[in-house]
Amino acid sequence: MPNKLLDLIDISKSYDGQTVLDEMNLYIRDNEFLTLLGPSGCGKTTTLRIIGGFETPDTGKVIFQGKDITNLPPNQRDLNTVFQKYALFTHMSVEENIAFGLRIKKKSKQYIKDKIDYALKLVNLDGYGKRDVESLSGGQQQRIAIARAIVNEPKLLLLDEPLGALDLKLRQDMQYELIRLKNELGITFIYVTHDQEEALTMSDTIVVMNQGYIQQIGTPEDIYNEPQNAFVADFIGESNILDATMIEDKLVEILGVRFPCVDTGFGTNQPVDVVIRPEDVELGKPEDGRLRGRVTSLIFKGVHYEMDVMANGYEWLVHSTRMFPVGEEVGINVDPFNIQIMNKPESEDEEAQSTDEE
Amino acid sequence: MKNKKRHSLGQLLLAGPYTVWMVGFIVIPLFLIVYYGLTNKSGAFTWENITAITSAVNMKALWLSVELSVICTVVCLVLSYPLAMILANSKMKNSSLTAFLFILPMWMNALLRTLAWLTLLENNGVINTILTKIGLPTIHIINTPTAIVFGMVYNYIPFMILPIYNVLVKLDKNVINAARDLGANAVQTFLRVILPLSIPGIISGITMVFVPSLTTFAISDILGGSKILLLGNIIEQKFKTANNWHAGSGLSLVLMVFIIVTMVISSHYEKDGESANVW
Repeated sequence: MPNKLLDLIDISKSYDGQTVLDEMNLYIRDNEFLTLLGPSGCGKTTTLRIIGGFETPDTGKVIFQGKDITNLPPNQRDLNTVFQKYALFTHMSVEENIAFGLRIKKKSKQYIKDKIDYALKLVNLDGYGKRDVESLSGGQQQRIAIARAIVNEPKLLLLDEPLGALDLKLRQDMQYELIRLKNELGITFIYVTHDQEEALTMSDTIVVMNQGYIQQIGTPEDIYNEPQNAFVADFIGESNILDATMIEDKLVEILGVRFPCVDTGFGTNQPVDVVIRPEDVELGKPEDGRLRGRVTSLIFKGVHYEMDVMANGYEWLVHSTRMFPVGEEVGINVDPFNIQIMNKPESEDEEAQSTDEE
Repeated sequence: MKNKKRHSLGQLLLAGPYTVWMVGFIVIPLFLIVYYGLTNKSGAFTWENITAITSAVNMKALWLSVELSVICTVVCLVLSYPLAMILANSKMKNSSLTAFLFILPMWMNALLRTLAWLTLLENNGVINTILTKIGLPTIHIINTPTAIVFGMVYNYIPFMILPIYNVLVKLDKNVINAARDLGANAVQTFLRVILPLSIPGIISGITMVFVPSLTTFAISDILGGSKILLLGNIIEQKFKTANNWHAGSGLSLVLMVFIIVTMVISSHYEKDGESANVW
């Protein structure tokens, strides 16, 4: 298992009495693509700013390559940041922007020139060196911001919603570009976003955050297929989240009907939350289903049909390649493997904290 | 074709008041100054009023005007920049209120403000009275060029603070963070990023302080005790005392050349028309 490159220990931060991060613990391995994902105000950007050195945590330590860097100013940290909205130096040309860090480090002219050429090739902007940064498009400016950071050969690159200001098509192109860059450079990325699709596409590890607490850490598959609580399930993709009762191991009662499942260890007759992804809801003939329902709406989405099915007082969201017209009676089945059981939080506060003790 | 579209009657009517204003209060007065400046009393064309600047008295006044304006501008800049930075960076929620406090004296009549300095700097004024009370020798400032610089700096410093503050407050904090992130220490960040990015504000400030300093006559009149003549005072005398509009206009045209040069230099730095000017 590769080394821990960065270790955040018991990090807390509050502004004006408002807690933004509460005793957060997180580490990142060498060469990992880790994404901090969460809604705005969840503490993901604050975490990144603490790693970058732009904020000092109230408590806790930041350990980078085995050294405590908690109180080190940003210019003495061996990592670089790609800022939201690029933060380029508008009074300099593209070349001068990229050379900024190298000139500060007093590298030789030839070295700087080679690095600029290399970086511009890497971000596919060969020949743009003399341009004025303000004459470039958003996507191009973003590439320059990345080039400006990576010429310094940081061990760790922090990216703060770098694609947030770009349009959809460009954003998707840049996602692949970033994955390619990371593989070519072999450096570790910490990426902050509120876009779950972006996180699922690019990351090795996703850290889902809410209200200053880590909700779940896992691979994109883990996070999507086995959300640990209703927040994660709701935030990552679409889902049916239902109140249910765990009758016994491997048997759960949903909307008054018992479904076999694969989870154990939730006790007997315990209230739980259940997550079923819309693509995991199987529709068929009414007499074949565990539940009977009626289709209430139907939308064609290209790859699949999106249907709402009213059954036992709950409106199920269903994605299927089979079409059932509105008003038709259908039967609902769910494969035991696709029923995800989660503990019910007692209160909203506990909901935020529930998985912090990982 | 489209750009040859004729303006509608409504548009012409709306533009009317501006046109009348500009013609009546800018174009005609300017034309009159040029006319008077280039003619003698019998109405014949002459360069005399312009070349009058080369006389010893006028050259001395012009030189002193330029010298004091430059000193005043430099002093304003040196005082304003750190202040504007503190205001722009302060985390106080009411930093705009603080900025406003610096503007507040401008609501008072400029003559009053200058007269206040007279009472402070006079030989029997507030400062010397205090100095005498605590047993220190008195200082003689009033009726010297130093007193005029005091008055100018006091009157014009808000025009330096405001544009610099405006530029600094709009600076994206992440641009500064980016410089730090790329290895620059605080001094390098200031010299390579903050200062160059605030040049438009500095240039506006310089223009807005230098131009009124160069043309002032009230401040030099009050604090210089009519003994120190700036070009502004000479022009005033030509119009009022000597009643010679031709000579006054000629010297005004000379001064205008200096102002136009300053404006041209400053407009060169204000790219994108993103001027920090408050005027």
